[in-house]
Order: sequence, then structure tokens, then C-alpha cells
Amino acid sequence: MTGSFQRLKGMMLRHVYVLKASWPRLLELVYWPLVQMVLWGFITRFFLNHSSWVAEAAGVLISAVLLWDTLFRANLGVSYTFVEEMWSRNLAQLFVSPLRPWEMLVSLMGVSAVRTLISVTPAAFLALPFFDVWIFDVGPPLMVFFANLLVTGWTVGLVVVSLVLRFGLGAESLCWLVIFLLAPISGIYYPIASLPDAVQYISWVLPSSYVFEGMRSVLFDGVFRYDLLMGAVGFNLLYMTLAALLFLRTFTVARRKGLLLQQGE
Amino acid sequence: MSDAPPPIVTVKGLTKIFDTVRAVDGIDFSVERGSITALLGGNGAGKTTTLSMLLGLLLPDAGTISILGEDMIAHRHRVLPEMNFSSPYVDLPARLKVVENLTVYGNLYGLANVKERIAVLGQELEIANLMDRRTGSLSAGQKTRVALAKALLNEPTLLLLDEPTASLDPDTGDWVRSYLEAYKTQTGATILLASHNMAEVERLCDHVLMMKAGRIEDEGAPRELISRYGRRNMEEVFLHLARNGEARREAS
Repeated sequence: MTGSFQRLKGMMLRHVYVLKASWPRLLELVYWPLVQMVLWGFITRFFLNHSSWVAEAAGVLISAVLLWDTLFRANLGVSYTFVEEMWSRNLAQLFVSPLRPWEMLVSLMGVSAVRTLISVTPAAFLALPFFDVWIFDVGPPLMVFFANLLVTGWTVGLVVVSLVLRFGLGAESLCWLVIFLLAPISGIYYPIASLPDAVQYISWVLPSSYVFEGMRSVLFDGVFRYDLLMGAVGFNLLYMTLAALLFLRTFTVARRKGLLLQQGE
Repeated sequence: MSDAPPPIVTVKGLTKIFDTVRAVDGIDFSVERGSITALLGGNGAGKTTTLSMLLGLLLPDAGTISILGEDMIAHRHRVLPEMNFSSPYVDLPARLKVVENLTVYGNLYGLANVKERIAVLGQELEIANLMDRRTGSLSAGQKTRVALAKALLNEPTLLLLDEPTASLDPDTGDWVRSYLEAYKTQTGATILLASHNMAEVERLCDHVLMMKAGRIEDEGAPRELISRYGRRNMEEVFLHLARNGEARREAS
């Protein structure tokens, strides 16, 4: 087993043990997507009789909320996992081991993928018996949307992690806050075209906007738009690279300022 | 030409400045292979800052650190597999069981046989019966032994310990000191420790680095230092230097 792979295994195990030992954590992971799905399921039922737009594609709101939860959970999977190392005063132990910063970064993404799958899978399956919505009707593009939103969530998570590493646990609430900046301008529940013109310019530099537009294109028109896919992938690659560089740079600053040792507020 | 092996640690001009405070002020020292060396000094003397730079947790503002012949600042990942560290001020995740924490770190240190090594350490450190306990539920003495097990997982050539017996009762403290002596004898490992316990230093250490205000005020074997300052024990030497007494360095 190569060194890096074994260290990644060690980091994944560390967080699998945490989840395995705590049913409230597992419940919390599953709980919010389920509640969201039920809420938007009832809203869908109402709109089916009151909105011709929703009536054209009954699953659009539930699909949107599940994909939004993918983005939200992917972000939390990175940021919360890192903050947990600070809460447990474990960061210094980790970085006197042979663990490299980029391995930490990859392990955060791995843990995030596991947590996100645990989180959204039950809601995705239960939408069928609850509301007769089978999100997998979206077909193979669903995986593409899911993957892109994972990467967007990881990117936001890495930016938050960098801020928390730099400014301490006093900034931990950013784990939950920053991602919501994207919510109103990503066109989750409505087309980007319905936003004010100036805001649309901002929306079209967000990979999440391309994903949600792409989802609506599949659900309403039955068309998978490669131009939207390219937009999402392109911006994800750009932002992910920048976020990874920011994390690595912040890690060096943390070593210079002694922040790996001082993990309080 | 001397046949003595080169020092395992060589530090030259090491400096760390936080804002306007020179926490470590251009220190030079070396640590001989197979020795137990103590970093002594009052609070704020620069011991923990020095250890943190040796571990790569903190980047120096100036100076060089060579460990096992490698430039620690540029290539710390070449050396870290040969080192380990324990401190009562750095925790292992409290919610994980002892065996889970050791498994995680066994993988981080790239052990080939993680389970077997944990079983051996469980016997040696008398923590086999604690393996399924949550780490956060252990007593201070038990936590120290578990932290020591983590620090010995990779059988380090160089072991850095920050106050290894702080907050332990005399019996547990003595047990830890005896274990460290035996470990050093059996493996030939080098131990660098920071301590406030002068009796511990007299008993364990071959060499002492006395730090004050970020500088090394004096160094030598405990008996040499006691003799040089005309004191009865290291406690008195420490108090002499800590209370602004003059250092009496040996003429080189």
C-alpha cells in the first residue's frame, strides 16, 4: 500500500469511526434532506393545481431541493469535518504525522462524498412512495449534476476551511453561512432569467447555476445541454483550483503564525 | 577524525518572532544520537516554540534545522516518518475508542501491521484493557499512556515529548519515566523532552539545554551543571538561572 493511500485510508477511518459511534450524527445527516423533501413535496402538490410551470414537470422542485442538499452537504462535509479536528484539538497531532496538506484536502473531499451520499440517498428514494417523484428519471445526467454540485460544495468548503484556519474557531459559523450566499442566485427553484439583469451576470459565473438550469432543461424539455455542462465543469475546475491553492497557502501562513497550535477562538 | 556519529538534530541560528516578541532568539544546539536531552526553562522561555519548529508545525523566521541529515524546513516529510511526538496539551479525538485512534495513526504513519503493533504496545504500556474505551473517558494517567502509545507506534528514531509527566501522580509519573528509560535502552532512540520536573531531568537526561527569554543560557550534563553552579540539584540550578542569576558557560 503506497504511503499516500494508507494515510488517506487513515483519515477516512477517523471520520467513519465518528459516524459509526454516533447515531444522532447519522440521524442529523438524514433528517434535514428528508424534511426538505417532504416540505417541497407538499409545495409541489399545491402548485400542481395552481402553477402551470410546476405542472409541466412535477418533480422539478423535489429534484431541485435534493440537488441543493447535495451542494449544502458537500460543503458541510468538508468544512465541518475540518472544524471537528479543531474542536478535538487534533490538528497538531495530524500535522506532526507524515500527513501532507494535500492529503488532508483529498481526505476532506472523500469524507464529504460519503456524508453527502448518506445524507441525500434516503430522501431521494423516499420521494417515490411519498410524492410519486422518482428523481432517477432524470437519468444519467443526474450523476453529472450530482458530481458537479459535490465539487462546488467542496470548493466552498475549502474556502471556509481556509478562513477558519486563518481566523480560528470564532469563524466556525461560516461553515453554515457562506453556502447560503449561493442559494438565491443559483436558480435552484426558478430560472436564472427570472432574476434581475445585474444579478444574472453574477449567477452565470457560478457552476451551481449551470447545474440547476441543466436540470430544468432535462425535466422540462427532455434535453441534456452540453453547453451548460461545460459551463459547470469549467467554472468548477477554475474555482476548485483556486480554493485548493488558497487552502495550501493558508496552511503555510498557519505554520508561520503558529495557528496549528492555537486552535481556540 | 572522530568516529562519533553525527548529531541527530543540529540547529543553527534558529529564530522565531511573534509580532515584536523574539520567542526564540538565534539559538544553536545539537542533540546526540541515542541521548535523552532536556529543554528546560520557565514559562515563555521558548521551549514549546522550539519543539514546534523541530516538528515542522511552526516555520522559523531564520536559522536552519537538520534532523537525521535532512533539512527539516524544506523536506520535513522525509523525516516525519522517523519522528513522533506526545504532549498533554494536544489531544487525540475524545469520541474515538483507544484502538480506533491508534488504528488511525498507525495508518497515518504507514505501518505495515497496524493491529500487531497496537497489540504489542497495548501489552507494553498496559493499556490492552483500555482499547475499547472512549479516549475522552480515560483518566489523566491512562491518557498519557495512550498518547505515549500513539507516539511509539512508528518506533521513532527521534521522540519529542512536551512535559511527558505533567499532571500525573508520582506513581504514574515514575512508571512513565521507567518506561522511557527502558525504551531508550532497548531501541537506541533519541529523546528530546521539555519538562518542568527537575528530578525527572536529573534521572533521565544525559544533556540539558537551559533556555531563558528565547536563548540557550547554558547546557551540559545534569551533574556538570550542578557542579558548575555549586548547587545541590537541578532544581537549584534552574532557580538560579530563572531568577536572573548569571550563566556560567564552560569555556570552549
